[in-house]
Amino acid sequence: MLLFLFRRALLALLVCLTVLVISFVLTRLSGDIAISIAGPNATQQDIEAIRRNYGFDRPLPTQFVEWAWNAAQGNLGKSYIFHVQVAELVGARLPVTLTLGLTGLAIALFTAIPLGIVAAMREGSAVDRGTGVIALLGQAMPSFWLSLVLIIIFGLKLQWLPISGAESWDGFILPGCVLAFSAIPAMMRLTRAGMIDALASDYIRTARAKGLSRASIVLKHALRNAAMPVVSIAAVQLGFMLGGSIVIESIFALHGVGHLAWESISKNDFPVVQAIVLILALIYIGLTLLADLANAALDPRLRAS
Amino acid sequence: MKARRLVTWLGAAIVGGIALIAIFAPLLAPHDPFAQNLNARTVVPYWMDGGTTDHLFGTDQLGRDYLSRLIFGARISMLIGIMTVLTSGLIGITLGVLGGFFGGWVDDAVMFAITCRLAIPLILVALTVVALVGSSFTVVIFTLGLLLWERFAVVARTTTMQVRTLDYIAAAQAAGASRWHVLWREVLPNILTPLIVVATLEMALAILLEAALSFLGLGVPPPFPSWGLMIAEGKDYMFFSPWVIMVPGIALFILVLGINLFGDGLRDMLGVARAQ
Repeated sequence: MLLFLFRRALLALLVCLTVLVISFVLTRLSGDIAISIAGPNATQQDIEAIRRNYGFDRPLPTQFVEWAWNAAQGNLGKSYIFHVQVAELVGARLPVTLTLGLTGLAIALFTAIPLGIVAAMREGSAVDRGTGVIALLGQAMPSFWLSLVLIIIFGLKLQWLPISGAESWDGFILPGCVLAFSAIPAMMRLTRAGMIDALASDYIRTARAKGLSRASIVLKHALRNAAMPVVSIAAVQLGFMLGGSIVIESIFALHGVGHLAWESISKNDFPVVQAIVLILALIYIGLTLLADLANAALDPRLRAS
Repeated sequence: MKARRLVTWLGAAIVGGIALIAIFAPLLAPHDPFAQNLNARTVVPYWMDGGTTDHLFGTDQLGRDYLSRLIFGARISMLIGIMTVLTSGLIGITLGVLGGFFGGWVDDAVMFAITCRLAIPLILVALTVVALVGSSFTVVIFTLGLLLWERFAVVARTTTMQVRTLDYIAAAQAAGASRWHVLWREVLPNILTPLIVVATLEMALAILLEAALSFLGLGVPPPFPSWGLMIAEGKDYMFFSPWVIMVPGIALFILVLGINLFGDGLRDMLGVARAQ
């Protein structure tokens, strides 16, 4: 178990380092970053001054080591536009994005798991095929378009829900539903497949023979075993949702990290972009690590390998 | 089973139909998709009050014929889908086959690359790259191609591992075939079926991502009629005339649904286990 923990943690650390390199290289892609910051009307002197001020005249490896060293200590640099610490800026926006991601995840889990269970219990029935159709539709629906359609229906025509802003809790419902919609197909299919396997296994036959109620068999015995892969995919999907919230946040005018990222990209505010890429990657790495550990705790067989 | 067949054919028909529309776009489009007519702005589609048969799907805010833009937009989606899959397939399959075949540190390196790729936030990085390098058709294709290879790699790796231990590989090696001959002639053809299914999934994903990037203004640049861009341009008018976002949105939805139906059917027909 200790060896497993150690290996998993080491891998996570290596991935972090690689992501650090990637997020640094990413913002140096344009060639001369100083020209991008200076804007189209800058003179040669302006560009030179920016180059000296931000230290772009030094060799790239030096710049990287300095940036990475600072980042490792939690100092992500200053925003070029807002002139405040990036960590502060991102920290202030993170709660909105996390609330959105968790709302999406909750909606996805509460929809996908019951549907998956029902589909598995009535394999091949109309209900089963119906959930299959939902999964297909969910995969094919462009999330930004679904957002606009939901805004028209629930915001404009029915006027049930606010269409933008995060002032009250109900502002998260529509964007949460859109995020959930993209995660539901995978979760539902996984729950269904896991439940079908579990329901056909020996311990379920034993439970039936013992005369346990149907609800007890399905919910206590089968679901526990079917839930494991769903837990891992839920962690992964939360990571994807946080990364994908950039589109949703810009449509629903939620001022979270995704919105900040979009603003920063369009204004060439690279320290912020770098920091957000890094933070989202770290959250994803942390989530997958947690999911692996949770699975190892639930299933002793995994620890051995 | 019969219903499944039917659904697969439906998917194939949708994809084939849209591919034909894309190929013959100049012949099919009733108007020039770029020609502006400021006297005929946001004309409604013919099924609404005041619509004309001259502009079946109406016109946009610059008076460009919506149907013609939709038809030319099919070219963009199809090309992005196909080119991205070719790029990402080349990267992913190469890595996956090498990792699965050689094992050891090669496999560790490939697995590490896959883990790193998954940790990178997809849309954010794609947006940043396009913003820095400049938005163009080629940039979008290469950015998406460089980002969407991991599922190819995962599937190629697993299937190569299964194939590697089979007798015909040992036979080829015993007959003195070179490593590259074994990989190219023995391994690759035998793992192609599941990879084709992955290709359909990735093509659908690439088309959706291009539309999302274009929607955010960092994909295919205007005045090209990308469906995502059409939705973005119509967004400001959607409260008064919802059809400006419904028409390209439904087109996008149908194309992606068609690709997914075809891929799902293909997987069932070819007996490929569902990749998680």
